[in-house]
Amino acid sequence: MWQFFHKLGSPKWFYGIAARLMPWLLVSGALLLLAGIIWGLAFAPKDYLQGNSYRIIYIHVPTSLLAQSIYIMMAVAAVVTLVWRMKLADVFVKAVAPVGLVLTFLALFTGAVWGKPTWGTWWVWDARLTSMLILLFLYGGVIALDRAISDEKSAARAVAVLVLVGVVNIPVIKYSVEWWNTLHQPATFKLTEKPSMPAEMWVPLLLSVLGLYLIFGWLACLRMQTEIIVREQRTRWVKDLVMAGRF
Amino acid sequence: MAFESFSAFIAMEGHGPYVWTCYGVFLVSVIGLMVWSRQRRRVMMEACRRNYERQGQGPQRAARPTATFARVEVSQD
Repeated sequence: MWQFFHKLGSPKWFYGIAARLMPWLLVSGALLLLAGIIWGLAFAPKDYLQGNSYRIIYIHVPTSLLAQSIYIMMAVAAVVTLVWRMKLADVFVKAVAPVGLVLTFLALFTGAVWGKPTWGTWWVWDARLTSMLILLFLYGGVIALDRAISDEKSAARAVAVLVLVGVVNIPVIKYSVEWWNTLHQPATFKLTEKPSMPAEMWVPLLLSVLGLYLIFGWLACLRMQTEIIVREQRTRWVKDLVMAGRF
Repeated sequence: MAFESFSAFIAMEGHGPYVWTCYGVFLVSVIGLMVWSRQRRRVMMEACRRNYERQGQGPQRAARPTATFARVEVSQD
């Protein structure tokens, strides 16, 4: 067990595992995402209340879910950074923060465009939307703080603390639709209940969610590899890898 | 197919502009992020390679500072 933990923390070991996983993540992720999107756009039945604008759900829900999951993963990595000082955990936080930023922006953007024909407005300052906007700023803050501190170890600790402070926002996002009266509709998927939609509607949604998770896995591996190369460039194995020219 | 014709699919009963804007921005952003991340790894590897090659050319060259702070006398007349 401890040996495994130790290995997991080794950048060289991770680099090799990531290289082997990445083609599978990319191909399966792209196929699932495209299948979900095409099914959702062209074949899923129309919503009786919202008409065709509801088809935005097939990208709105995956991006929103990922935006929150990435933050939770970053928070777990932040704990590992602070407690065990594992280098790879910090590499993960720095590698995925920009991905989280883009996905949070996409969740807000698709939500706004969906809101116009459904609620009659692009934006309202209600709990769900505001807490998602805070998540966007948190991602921006993490990236900015990391860039502002040049010493690697101080940056790692400061970023980890910021990520952990921001994690209070996650339950606020999750339960905002239940705690407050908002325009936003309640969650589509719940772990404890069957979805209220017919299968022709939720199966494509499930596909696009899984697809985007796999694409995120690919992005995380790729961006962590980049970060590892930069940090470990003085080591023998990175030199061998770069000089072999396999990239 | 949930639509009767291709033009009905594009129009989406008036919701077309909203739906297509979302999908367009989504695809451009995700594909852009993927391409950018790939390019960044390549750029970093090339930068490392140049570094290694410069170091390989001899310690004298690598040790030479890129800039000095020696005072330069500028004639005042």
